[in-house]
Amino acid sequence: MKSIKCECGHVNPEGTVLCEACGKPIEGNQHIDGNDKKKLLNMRYDGTARRSQTYNKSIIDKIWSFFSSVKVGVWLIVLALIASAIGTIFPQQQYIPIDAISRDPAIYYPETYGILGQIYYQLGLHNLFSSWWYLILIALIGVSLVICSLDRFVPLYKALKIQKAKRHKTFLSRQRLYSESDEVSEKEKEQVIQNLKKQRYKVRIEDGHVLAEKGRFSRWGPYVNHIGLIIILLAALLRSTPMFYTNEYVWVREGEQIVIPGTDREYFIENKGFILDVYDENDERFKDAIQKEGRIIPSNFQTNAVVYKQSDDAVAGSETDLEKVAETEIRMNHPLEFDGYKLYQSGYQLNEFSQMTFEIQEMPEEEGAEVESFGEFTIDLINPQSEYELDNGFTVVIDEYFPDYFLDSNGPNTETQHPRNPTFIFNVYPPDTDKYETSFVGDIIGAADSIGIDTNSVELKPMGEVLGMFATNLDATGENEYQVAIKNMDFHRVSGLSVRKDSTLPIFGFGAFIFMFGVIQGMYWQHRRIWIQPTDKGIRLAAHTNKNWFGVKKDIEKVIENTNVKMVEDQQELDE
Amino acid sequence: MDNLLSFSSTMLYSAFILYLIATFFFGFTIRDNKKDRQEKSKAGTIGISITIVGFIAQLTYFITRWMASGHAPVSNLFEFMTFFGMTIVLAFIVIYFIYRLTVLGLFALPVAMIIIAYASMFPTEIAPLVPSLKSHWLYIHVTTVSLGQGILAISFVTGVIYLIKNIDQSKRSKRTTWLEIIMYSLILFIGFIVATTAFNLMNYSATFEYPVGNKTVQTEYTLPAIAGPTDGVLLSDGVMEPLFETPGWMHGADAGSKFNTLLWSFLVGTIIYGIIRLILRKRIGAAIQPLLKNAKLDLLDEITYRAVAIGFPVFTLGGLIFAAIWAQEAWGRFWGWDPKEVWALITWFFYAAFLHLRLSRGWHGEKSSWLAVGGFAIIMFNLIAVNLILAGLHSYA
Ligand code: HEM
Repeated sequence: MKSIKCECGHVNPEGTVLCEACGKPIEGNQHIDGNDKKKLLNMRYDGTARRSQTYNKSIIDKIWSFFSSVKVGVWLIVLALIASAIGTIFPQQQYIPIDAISRDPAIYYPETYGILGQIYYQLGLHNLFSSWWYLILIALIGVSLVICSLDRFVPLYKALKIQKAKRHKTFLSRQRLYSESDEVSEKEKEQVIQNLKKQRYKVRIEDGHVLAEKGRFSRWGPYVNHIGLIIILLAALLRSTPMFYTNEYVWVREGEQIVIPGTDREYFIENKGFILDVYDENDERFKDAIQKEGRIIPSNFQTNAVVYKQSDDAVAGSETDLEKVAETEIRMNHPLEFDGYKLYQSGYQLNEFSQMTFEIQEMPEEEGAEVESFGEFTIDLINPQSEYELDNGFTVVIDEYFPDYFLDSNGPNTETQHPRNPTFIFNVYPPDTDKYETSFVGDIIGAADSIGIDTNSVELKPMGEVLGMFATNLDATGENEYQVAIKNMDFHRVSGLSVRKDSTLPIFGFGAFIFMFGVIQGMYWQHRRIWIQPTDKGIRLAAHTNKNWFGVKKDIEKVIENTNVKMVEDQQELDE
Repeated sequence: MDNLLSFSSTMLYSAFILYLIATFFFGFTIRDNKKDRQEKSKAGTIGISITIVGFIAQLTYFITRWMASGHAPVSNLFEFMTFFGMTIVLAFIVIYFIYRLTVLGLFALPVAMIIIAYASMFPTEIAPLVPSLKSHWLYIHVTTVSLGQGILAISFVTGVIYLIKNIDQSKRSKRTTWLEIIMYSLILFIGFIVATTAFNLMNYSATFEYPVGNKTVQTEYTLPAIAGPTDGVLLSDGVMEPLFETPGWMHGADAGSKFNTLLWSFLVGTIIYGIIRLILRKRIGAAIQPLLKNAKLDLLDEITYRAVAIGFPVFTLGGLIFAAIWAQEAWGRFWGWDPKEVWALITWFFYAAFLHLRLSRGWHGEKSSWLAVGGFAIIMFNLIAVNLILAGLHSYA
């Protein structure tokens, strides 16, 4: 390594811009920090040798220089910023609204947003935040963070440790704040030093040369906060492995007890009841707002839940030998926590169908006419049979069953496998014949919606007997002699719970804490240095800070009060 | 109860008037006559005192409204925008006592006032909290974010002052044009306020019916419909027929009425801007510039940077960390790439870039000022556009 000896005797590593000890600009290296074109010295890293600025031969040197450049760092941040903004132009796939034309992105984007939507979808921007290139961008920011911090931290640390109070005179005169005073008495000098101490500066004196310094620790702020960011990025990496992160969803009916997914069949949950509370529309406080909103506003979603754990010697998944671990109310913003898992109130179904009773009737001559009944059958929607035989010889075969019926351009379909809007195509066989008639019956939810009932917040149970009359009941051929009418129906409430186990949370929390610590350390304190050099009869005074020049000037004003020392001049070169 | 609420509104109103009066006193301090220095510093003292009284009035509004509603009033667009106005005033007061720069008040208070007036155009009824908002984290998070944004807004204010003072107005250039665009944008807010208030006073209302999916819904326009809802039918009599329909690609709840409001803001804002230009007979920037003779550029630049340095950690804490903690409590995921969250991240990226650029030479002064303006534009976009357009989980309005 080619080292450079300064006239003060200190030996500096190759690439040093300002002597580590006395600060004298080292000839031939001034272009590195751009000092050659300016009057003022670039004080960013105290002119220390940085690997990135010194070596530029091998490919590793080049990569190192590239990533340690702040310019590159800023570009990466700006690219991430632009990419993120693009990700919000249209909803991401996970935010396609429930009532959208279709939840299939291939249909949703072009149908809703036209050609732009088509392009958005085709480019994969509907999953931008999990795309490989977005993740790479974030990873590059991480790499850049590590390299630029290493590149600067060690040299800066050394430089601040080695620095002498005795500085070269050009080092002072080329500082932004500088003054020369011709006549300063020893007494005044002493007074200035005392004042500096009063301002809580640490004062070092060598041969009458003074270095007053405070807030040096704030220089480490950026490095601390960058470490915080790296911890957060590492936590994100861990979280993408299933070992550290479980994410499941479970629907539990009232009264039901089922295994909790994602827990190795170790835990069970029992739903003792789901509660939906709504705001009273006559409430003094809120009535205006509720009226304006024009709909029911929920105030609480709650599942009364019991969680059981299988005792250790039981066969996995068996429901015997359960011991209770927790019994609470799971509400929004109040998840249930047990053994590292958390259960969140995430969804609900007020009106899931448990059973429906149908009656076979003669086809009425005209609407509302009295009709003869040929018997009833009841379908248990949790365990539907494929065929129902009635006492008087009728047989009903379920030709098709749509548990969660909806109609779109492709015809009837089901949204989920849960009985949320059961709809049937029945084949009805009258006694002693194998000719059958086809009936299409159901879509109670559609019927309720069309008469203005908000099925998300109103329970249909009390209306079970009436609602059937509004149901869809189609006779495809128009020649049926019988119709299948809905006589009655029963409902149950279902809670939707998210199951989470996230062992990375403490790491994220720790990273965030370190980050906050670092930014506050770097932003709310500043590193201030004031140098005083004796001349023939007077002194030279110079000051530097990494931020808050206004504050240093005020410090100096107070320090030199009632002395002959001249106030520093601000030699700042604002480059437009 | 009703009394408390009306007292609360009166307090907000008083705060607004006090800010207005204080602005005039700050205006007095920059007058260009050298001799009555003392008088000027007295005007500054009165100005800041009235500002503080105004702030206390607004704080009283906040507390009494909290008492009346039973939850911190930061739960809808009206409430959190007013709160944002309040944090700008608070940030101004703090920065004023550090730097004693009176010209700051002349610009910061009007910005806060525009924001408060803008907020008051939205429904002000006390709304009940939906279950996802029922958490202490609601107010811990919103107040901290807002405070961070309020401090960052000060960098916008000093940035604009810097630009007005620094940009050569003797001939037209890209810079003068962009500066005028900033002025014009502020006036668009006033356009919105004027149009809304005028038609409110007239009790204007027109009802439309339009299809959403397979349903038909009704919407009420409080401004005459320049643009009706897509495929909408006008139900009310004796009101203006829409000139055209909102284009079909604009989606989201009530896109038609929002688009119409936007058109009105541009219409009225442009007229107001035109009138101002007619009276001044020069660019607004050029008209204000002579008033800033005594402002010091390096001090303004320093405050711009300092405001970002102080605001950035606060914003990070509120907008990212507290937000994540709350999201974890409410939804079991601390980050979900919801538009509001993404825009908080964008804001954060932006100011991080700002801070890094300040590390190198050549980004101080005017360039920093433009950046500060850009940052504020992002903040406003997140507060307004994301709520009204890119609706996600967080959309209140
Ligand atoms: C989003 C990611 C980042 C954040 C939030 C961040 C945050 C910060 C903050 C707050 C500071 C202190 C600035 C000041 O004191 O004015 C800082 C300094 C710094 N950052 Fe970053 N940073 C990020 C990414 C990067 C990257 C990618 C690089 C790589 C080139 C980088 C390089 C630096 C450097 C060189 C400093 C100055 C250190 C010093 O003054 O000693 N940062 N960073």
